[in-house]
Amino acid sequence: MEKMSRVTTALGGSVLTGRTMHCHLDAPANAISVCRDAAQVVVAGRSIFKIYAIEEEQFVEKLNLRVGRKPSLNLSCADVVWHQMDENLLATAATNGVVVTWNLGRPSRNKQDQLFTEHKRTVNKVCFHPTEAHVLLSGSQDGFMKCFDLRRKDSVSTFSGQSESVRDVQFSIRDYFTFASTFENGNVQLWDIRRPDRCERMFTAHNGPVFCCDWHPEDRGWLATGGRDKMVKVWDMTTHRAKEVHCVQTIASVARVKWRPECRHHLATCSMMVDHNIYVWDVRRPFVPAAMFEEHRDVTTGIAWRHPHDPSFLLSGSKDSTLCQHLFRDASQPVERANPEGLCYGLFGDLAFAAKESLVATESGRKPYTGDRRHPIFFKRKLDPAEPFAGLASSALSVFEMEPGSGSMSWFVDTAERYALAGRPLAELCDHNAKVARELGRNQVAQTWTMLRIIYCSPGLVPATNLNHSVGKGSSCGLPLMNSFNLKDMAPGLGSETRLDRSKGDTRSDTVLLDSSATLITNEDNEETEGSDVPADYLLGDVEGEEDELYLLDPEHAHSEEPEYVLPQEAFPLRHEIVDTPPGPEHLQDKADSPHVSGSEADAASLVPMDSSFSLISVSHALYDSRLPPDFFSALVCDMLRFYAEQGDVQMAVSVLIVLGERVRKDIDEQTQEHWYTSYIDLLQRFCLWNVSNQVVKLSTSRAISCLNQASTTLHVNCSHCKRPMSSRGWICDRCHRCASMCAVCHHVVKGLFVWCQGCSHGGHLQHIMKWLEGSSHCPAGCGHLCEYS
Amino acid sequence: MAEGENEVRWDGLCSRDSTTRETALENIRQIILRKTECLRPPYRPSDGLSNAVSLDGLNKLLAHLLMLSKRCPFEDVREKSEFILKSVQELGIRIPRPLGHGPSRFIPEKEILQVGSEDAQMHTLFADSFAALGRLDNITLVMVFHPQYLESFLKTQHYLLQMDGPLPLHYRHYIGIMAAARHQCSYLVNLHVNDFLHVGGDPKWLNGLENAPQKLQNLGELNKVLAHRPWLITKEHIEGLLKAEEHSWSLAELVHAVVLLTHYHSLASFTFGCGISPEIHCDGGHTFRPPSVSNYCFCDITNGNHSVDEMQVNSAGNVSVSDSFFEVEALMEKMRQLQECRDEEEASQEEMASRFEIEKRESMFVFSSDDEEATPARDVSRHFEDTSYGYKDFSRHGMHVPTFRVQDYCWEDHGYSLVNRLYPDVGQLIDEKFHIAYNLTYNTMAMHKDVDTSMLRRAIWNYIHCMFGIRYDDYDYGEINQLLDRSFKVYIKTVVCTPEKVTKRMYDSFWRQFKHSEKVHVNLLLIEARMQAELLYALRAITRYMT
Repeated sequence: MEKMSRVTTALGGSVLTGRTMHCHLDAPANAISVCRDAAQVVVAGRSIFKIYAIEEEQFVEKLNLRVGRKPSLNLSCADVVWHQMDENLLATAATNGVVVTWNLGRPSRNKQDQLFTEHKRTVNKVCFHPTEAHVLLSGSQDGFMKCFDLRRKDSVSTFSGQSESVRDVQFSIRDYFTFASTFENGNVQLWDIRRPDRCERMFTAHNGPVFCCDWHPEDRGWLATGGRDKMVKVWDMTTHRAKEVHCVQTIASVARVKWRPECRHHLATCSMMVDHNIYVWDVRRPFVPAAMFEEHRDVTTGIAWRHPHDPSFLLSGSKDSTLCQHLFRDASQPVERANPEGLCYGLFGDLAFAAKESLVATESGRKPYTGDRRHPIFFKRKLDPAEPFAGLASSALSVFEMEPGSGSMSWFVDTAERYALAGRPLAELCDHNAKVARELGRNQVAQTWTMLRIIYCSPGLVPATNLNHSVGKGSSCGLPLMNSFNLKDMAPGLGSETRLDRSKGDTRSDTVLLDSSATLITNEDNEETEGSDVPADYLLGDVEGEEDELYLLDPEHAHSEEPEYVLPQEAFPLRHEIVDTPPGPEHLQDKADSPHVSGSEADAASLVPMDSSFSLISVSHALYDSRLPPDFFSALVCDMLRFYAEQGDVQMAVSVLIVLGERVRKDIDEQTQEHWYTSYIDLLQRFCLWNVSNQVVKLSTSRAISCLNQASTTLHVNCSHCKRPMSSRGWICDRCHRCASMCAVCHHVVKGLFVWCQGCSHGGHLQHIMKWLEGSSHCPAGCGHLCEYS
Repeated sequence: MAEGENEVRWDGLCSRDSTTRETALENIRQIILRKTECLRPPYRPSDGLSNAVSLDGLNKLLAHLLMLSKRCPFEDVREKSEFILKSVQELGIRIPRPLGHGPSRFIPEKEILQVGSEDAQMHTLFADSFAALGRLDNITLVMVFHPQYLESFLKTQHYLLQMDGPLPLHYRHYIGIMAAARHQCSYLVNLHVNDFLHVGGDPKWLNGLENAPQKLQNLGELNKVLAHRPWLITKEHIEGLLKAEEHSWSLAELVHAVVLLTHYHSLASFTFGCGISPEIHCDGGHTFRPPSVSNYCFCDITNGNHSVDEMQVNSAGNVSVSDSFFEVEALMEKMRQLQECRDEEEASQEEMASRFEIEKRESMFVFSSDDEEATPARDVSRHFEDTSYGYKDFSRHGMHVPTFRVQDYCWEDHGYSLVNRLYPDVGQLIDEKFHIAYNLTYNTMAMHKDVDTSMLRRAIWNYIHCMFGIRYDDYDYGEINQLLDRSFKVYIKTVVCTPEKVTKRMYDSFWRQFKHSEKVHVNLLLIEARMQAELLYALRAITRYMT
């Protein structure tokens, strides 16, 4: 209220009102300035120079100062300023180096008052003295600042910055004689207006040009500067050396900076390139802007607070030829949208996570198992409700503890080490990898490999290597219904294979389902799936097509039976957000072994016979069918890869990607591939699997990845004699001028791979040492050591 | 196996350690001797083909040695390679000898710094350059007139070609080749073909742009426009490159490519502007023919200035000493006058505006009368398409391009920010280079000392920008007319716009009394101003695309 009254007094009885609004100018603006009465604004640019009245609802053009027939460069304004004492007085800086003053009180149409043509280069800035009516200051590209007395024809004094172009000049608001100037080379100088011979103080404020500065309206010592280095710095000038008190990092070079009235720590900035928004920063909180105005479509070139005592109105001009009035309460506030979160790992793998309570609540309500299912690591969650946070009323801290043992990633390491990714025919690679996966108990993965092999390798090979003889036979006989066996038929013949058949049956249904919904099955979940000891679903590749309609008839139904079977869980998280099966996947796994059946499962169970008969029919059909081209499946395979990656098993995704190579690569977009590769490589490196990661890098076809191997390929070595680092060449020491690494066998300098015995530290060319050790186990240097190489 | 053993490793020579260099040289000597071994008689005709191959290989080695003996910054290497060459010669094998007259065809060899007589600072520069590239190219040897600039230049070039950047190494060299080929600069093309192969580029690409990946082919258009008519670049060009399905460029890659293109366009200008000779170890830089056969070389013939010609020019220059003396005096007088009467005589606004237009229009008609066709030594034309597309003056051909106003888009405020945002650190390096080039002065003019040349330098700089339609509001273009005479304008215009047409006559006929180092200085201004002009247009288009 008190502030309001001040505003009112300042305005001589009227209260400042208005709304967020904008008006179109005819040309891009370079600068704006506000009249003392806060009711008019002047806009200047290369081909515009107008005064607008700010009314309640709109801007109204009041005066066009660009008069005359011919456009003159004197009117091409780089800057404009309105005198804060005299409502009739304006000054402009022209791009051709002329400083012009304008007197609105002149009766004629041409308001041009005086013309100063003293600067040789573009004048970047003009500034009136805050209290003195006749003093004008200008700063130019030619490196000079000039002080004009408007009662005289030419400048009173000239200040030479002794450095490059002047970008901004500003009179101090509090100190009568002081002004600050900023330079293209990063310097800021303080001058006493009475002493043109040299500056009072100079310091380097920014790296690169300092585009702008602004004195704090209340605090006499504070000066804000903004530079090309994307920083806004606040300097305390009262101390002996200018001290940086605040620093705000923005995202683009800072073209203008203006302190916000009545808010001690707020300032507004706009940028010169790329970023079009105006930000208001609280300098104490330098990472997130307090407010953001996003109205402009091109860079903002001029900003001004409408009234020196009113913090809520901001005016801006832009290259997009608009003049805007922004209301602070309409600003978007990034802070509101930001989700303050913290995440930290403990020494033993515990994970602490803090966030706004509201966030945590909604998050967990929606997806109860997200965290747990995605990661192979299981978390226990403890909620610590009352965790105090500065500025945040309610936030929650969760600590996730790792269950001992469950975090073991040995399967990952083993898999990574044992997988074969290249160098053999595809079929062998797949077989090998399937075997590896199976041995590690990851049957799901093993099956996937087998499937891939079936999809992509020639059909002849399939039956021979597979366990499933019955089907193999079927295919060789080629009789249409010969294998229309049902559960009972199978039981005697194949003994324990009832289950196999069942699993086959559901794999069928599953495939079909997936096919119709264009997603993929399979899930790398490390748990047991009984069907998987037999590669029962190797057939699924053949079947698809004609089955669709059967199952499309009743997708609901097909889906509901899933829980009954072993494999279905795979497809499960993909298609449905665990809507109707509250128990998590863990339960599903258990269920296969235990007789416990939930309600929905029971329903599904009743459908079994029908289902299996379907599958049988399909099998017979399949056997007829000629093979579909592998291309047919590529969409499927891609989905599968995505699925694996989403499940957190990026290893599988990348391995398959490498093994299949060209066959699938084109179907997955570069970025995703790159993302997988980087995640996998990152994981590998965390497990110190350098060789594997290097192999992956090498085999990757993504350019961004393969160039990883080209970065930082320097190996730093120290000289074996003087222990100093060898800088220029790896095999010769600059200091002791000796060749550091001689081969003990051939006595030449080793420039490539150097191996040496850690016992006697003799060594040499890898090849030579290997050859030597074939014949003798003693050191080739003759030191008598029995060398050991690992 | 034998091949592997005979593989010559030159990198050892780049070491700063003399022992390493010695070892490396000894190695080379042995290899060469081994090679000569199998070439020596008795000559078996059945080996004809393999002999020819190995002779070819040997000749390459010898040429490289020759280069080292002349251009290695390390004295020991120079001596030793010369020694090896001698000993080879004693075995009865023809050794190569350098052709031409030192690093530049325009500048007498004696004017140019001899390798070995450089001071400590230059030696460091040389050694750095040699260590990075394994050679000391002729450009470096000419630029070393201005070591301060050279340092920044080498740093930038090294960063562009070898350090972190969004483009793979072979792409960078290939883009360099593309850019140089636009100006038929066989010198740069040769250099970068070697580098391109060295970093593992696919030799197939060198058969022409159509053999390169689609992505690079897409860049061809930008290359063409940028080299000859940068003012025609629009955001549609940029969009076309950035949105080309799987062949699209990323913004960062594009900025890298643009910087490379502009760098090599202007470097081609320098190469022609200073008449850089082919490298000794490249084609056309040496000959195996004994000196008696002919006294001049291929490249001299094509440019119509063999040694005899040069003598004549020199004598002509001597005759007109007094003439050209007045030239300098007059120029200085003009500068003085301009300085003094600037405040008094105030040209009207229209006058100023029209002066720019006049200068711009006039620059179109400034063209050399002699339209000789320089024949490129290597067939460079296959690296680019549409050979007919050249620098076209805007107004003369009826197209009117709106003047580019530097006050609205300048390097310091806008270009720098954009480059540094998309290709970190490079903005800084180029910015430094521009600054050094623009501010470089020794306060001398020909025989005069303590002259403020800023006015002259600014006139040159702005004249070049004026040719590209870039206008400075705060500049009186009348000054250009006062300060730059016609022959100088012809030279500037030719170097900047059609560098392949530069002749020694043009080089000699401007500023006759000035030193060669000053003419090289002019060239530095030319190439930097050109690079900035091209960059400004390209970056403005990118900015427009982004907003």
